[in-house]
Amino acid sequence: MPLTHEEVAHIARLARLNLTPDELERYRGQLSAILDYFAELSALDTTGVEPTARVREGEQALRADESRPGLGAGRLAETAPDWHDDQFRVPPIFE
Amino acid sequence: MTELIHLPITGLSRLLTTGEISARELVSAFLESIEREEPALHAFLHLDPDAALREADAVDRRRGHGERDPGQEGHGGRSVVPLLAGIPLAVKDVIAVEGMPATCGSRILEGYRPPFSATAVNRLRAAGAIVIGKTNTDEFAMGSSTENSAYGPTRNPWDPARVPGGSSGGSAVAVAARLVPAALGSDTGGSVRQPASFCGVTGLKPTYGRVSRYGLVAYGSSLDCIGPLARSAEDASLIFSAIAGHDSLDATSTGRPVPGPVSAGDGDLAGLRIGVPEEYFIEGIQPEVEAAVRRAIIKLEALGASVRPVSLPHTRYALPVYYLIAPAEASANLARFDGVHYGPRAKAEAVWEVFENTRGERFGAEVKRRIMLGTYALSAGYYDAFYGQAQKVRTLIRRDFEAAFERVDAIAAPVSPTTAFRFDAHTDDPLAMYLEDVFTLPANLAGVPGLAFPVGFDGEGLPVGMQLMGRHFDEKTLLRAAAVYQRETDWHSHAP
Repeated sequence: MPLTHEEVAHIARLARLNLTPDELERYRGQLSAILDYFAELSALDTTGVEPTARVREGEQALRADESRPGLGAGRLAETAPDWHDDQFRVPPIFE
Repeated sequence: MTELIHLPITGLSRLLTTGEISARELVSAFLESIEREEPALHAFLHLDPDAALREADAVDRRRGHGERDPGQEGHGGRSVVPLLAGIPLAVKDVIAVEGMPATCGSRILEGYRPPFSATAVNRLRAAGAIVIGKTNTDEFAMGSSTENSAYGPTRNPWDPARVPGGSSGGSAVAVAARLVPAALGSDTGGSVRQPASFCGVTGLKPTYGRVSRYGLVAYGSSLDCIGPLARSAEDASLIFSAIAGHDSLDATSTGRPVPGPVSAGDGDLAGLRIGVPEEYFIEGIQPEVEAAVRRAIIKLEALGASVRPVSLPHTRYALPVYYLIAPAEASANLARFDGVHYGPRAKAEAVWEVFENTRGERFGAEVKRRIMLGTYALSAGYYDAFYGQAQKVRTLIRRDFEAAFERVDAIAAPVSPTTAFRFDAHTDDPLAMYLEDVFTLPANLAGVPGLAFPVGFDGEGLPVGMQLMGRHFDEKTLLRAAAVYQRETDWHSHAP
């Protein structure tokens, strides 16, 4: 079933992607085709099958929850687009 | 000097240890090769020849100070000059190397230099290796051709009209074209194995959790693996042994003991049981690919392995399962690229516009497509039907492998349905591009290791690869089988 323009625009909003009208229309067609192809998945009976979120569940290594020195905020200043007073600076959130 | 660039790491190490060559001579030989070939290939996004030569000089000074090889002089300890001392390597640009850029092939990380190195890189450097540059990749490792790099594609050295595969295309080309003896790549759905196959080199996707992901920019966190590309299974095994093992900075890395490097030795493959899944020899596969892979299986049998059919019945579902799970994880992982924390920021009046404009302007088409797909699969009302169902079918795929590995020790299959395709063959049809990954995705979904290595050429002289998949944490069986195969054949030593 093809996605509507409104659905694609809604997904782009959720994903915080500013897309052009051309991009929205292109992704509407492509995502519809991909999701159609994926429909065969829903035909498979998975009653009683546990989902796999991670392979080798339970093998994760644990360690004591103790603080250790990190990189230090100063190193982040080198990579942030706007850094002020040891903080990331952004334009206003509220007018 | 042209001789040196064709030698395996084992041979180069010997020459360095005996003092027949210096690390400076070795690094210079590869830098000359890069100077000659790189303009036509574009394997690298960043090169630092001066730093590489400085590191080589440091290695030479250490050797000159009598630190060489105490083991052989009867001290019984480990060599003070480590195994990879002076060996130049390249690293895929999705893996952090302190002091070098990490663009991930994306304009959203233009100019970004991570203030730390990945654990795998730290371990290679601790073993004495010299990182000479960062290699090209599909943007955030999303692609099968390296055409999705924002910095232009990499060309296949066997035919410059063809793609090198992807997403670790730059690393595969750097190894195939003798620009470095080995390189690191990352494999989320085949991104080490498929370019290795397209370029005629050996590439290992380790077991999930075997190599720390710390410093690997996350794409699909439940699937991502760092792995080596090299010109032989023995060389790949050297790199693998150096980078594997527990790391407290990656909670999914395990503490299982890491096997030492394998060598072909002079034994055969007696006792090795190899399964051949008919689900991997489907209609539409290039006949020359199937023929070369079947010939290689016969060769493994002649070397002592026993071969029997196995079934992995849910193989056909791997593609939709992967292309729901990986984009879903990507849509969450790539939320961090917001114009606030890293890289450049787009013009914006309000904070929401910082996010939306930076991401809209600086992510490429495939990355946006996967973020959209993943966001949709996770969104309210669709989560159970898409993401939830994909996770359940992932369980069925995992069980297929568990059942098969009760009967066999390794599974032999093609890496890709075709040899390297032409540029722009699939750029207008994302689904056709996704189908290139159909044979590599299952190993990532099941978390099992996969090793790709060359087993022939097609009628146009393009390399054909085969993969062996194995049990969790049994990379050694795959590496040894390939090493024995490579001792008896010479497909891996052809140069483009």
